[in-house]
Parts: sequence; structure tokens; C-alpha cells
Amino acid sequence: MKDNRPKNLELQTLHFPLPAITSILHRISGVIIFVGVAVLLFLLAESLSSEQGFSNVQQWLTAPLIKFVFWAVVSALLYHLIAGIKHLIMDMGVGETLQGGVIGARLTLVVSAIAIIALGVWIW
Amino acid sequence: MVKNVMNLGRNGLSDWVIQRISAVILAVYFVGLLGFIALTPDLGYAEWQALFSSTWMRIASLAALLALCAHAWIGMWTIATDYLNNYMIGSKGTAIRLLFQAAYMLLIFIYLVWGVQILWGL
Repeated sequence: MKDNRPKNLELQTLHFPLPAITSILHRISGVIIFVGVAVLLFLLAESLSSEQGFSNVQQWLTAPLIKFVFWAVVSALLYHLIAGIKHLIMDMGVGETLQGGVIGARLTLVVSAIAIIALGVWIW
Repeated sequence: MVKNVMNLGRNGLSDWVIQRISAVILAVYFVGLLGFIALTPDLGYAEWQALFSSTWMRIASLAALLALCAHAWIGMWTIATDYLNNYMIGSKGTAIRLLFQAAYMLLIFIYLVWGVQILWGL
């Protein structure tokens, strides 16, 4: 058998390209939001039920665990929003090259990280 | 031709368009709501209740709720058909997918009824 077959069995050299990672995060964040909507609707219903309900929600949101869940769901929402905006921009034909895809993915991650950290600073 | 029976629109192109229109509605609604919360000093029950009981906000919230249901349906369909199929998880794939799809459709329906109750039960 000839020995010049192309091969790439070094798994360490194979990895997801950045746009693939932002894409899978878009899907994961979508599922988190879908489940998290239950939490958001519950908080909305309680906050609108009465004066007492509103202060209940304010009270709950000071509890570390509930605050963290709320931050996680809204963070997923922020990521999904920003990745979605990038998607719509690409739909218009902007940044569809190999290089454009990587730049778009980087921008998505950087802008999302800033937004998620800002959210954390705001609520803590 | 493959017939799609569990997706939202009649074909992939219609789903594609619905997903994007609903995305824009949700983006505007969410950013607007976030802006209101951030820019209202001392947000209390009175301001919060007045916002959600105003007619324009009820219309906007209902549009966002319907957009959410459509957007989630298409997104969950995409994930279900990509990962929960016979190629990815074996011969039980179709059965598992149908159970998963029944579950998310039920949850979407619950969100729809619950959301309408919250918005119009004020």
C-alpha cells in the first residue's frame, strides 16, 4: 500500500472552528431561554399580581440562588440576542467569507461577554 | 419530496422567514423592556403595573408572546430533527423525538395560555 495517503489522526489538531462554537452556544442558549421563560413568566405574574407580589419578587431576587438563576437566564437571552443580530447581518450578505465568519464569531463573543458582565454588575 | 409535518410553516422557507420576523419582534420587545427597567428610577409597583396594563404594551406583549411561541417551535424543531433522529441516537430516535416534540409543544401551549392570562387578567 502506498504510504502517501492523506491522514489526520492527531485528534489534538482537530477542533471546532470559532463560528461553530458560537453556533452551538446559540442553540444551547435558546434551549436555556425556552426553559427559563417559565421562571420569567412566574416572576412577571407575581410582580403584576399586587403591591405585595411586586415586593415579593424584589425580595426573592435578593436571594443568591434566585438571583443567579435570573442572571443565567437573562445572560442566555443576551447571548442569543447578540448572536441572533449577527445572524441577521450575515443573512444580508455581510461577512459571509471564511474570515468574515471568524470575525463575526469573535465580535459575538466579545460583545456578549461585555453585556453579560455588565448585567452581573447591575444586579449584584 | 420529503413532507415536513412537525415544523411550523408549510416549508423550510416559510419557517426561515417566520423565525427571523419573530426574532426581530422579540429583540425590539426585550431591548425596550430592558431599557424601561434601566431608565426608570425607583421602579415600583405603580409604574410596573401602569406599563403592562396600557393598551399599547398589551399589544406589544401579546405580539412578543406569539413571536416567542413561533420562534421556540421552529428552534426546538430544528434541534429535535438535528439531534434526536435514528442517525444520531439509534433506532429509537424517531420515538424519542416524537416524545420530545410532544413535550415542547405542550410547554409552548402552556406559555401561551399563561402569558395571555398574565397580560389580560390585570
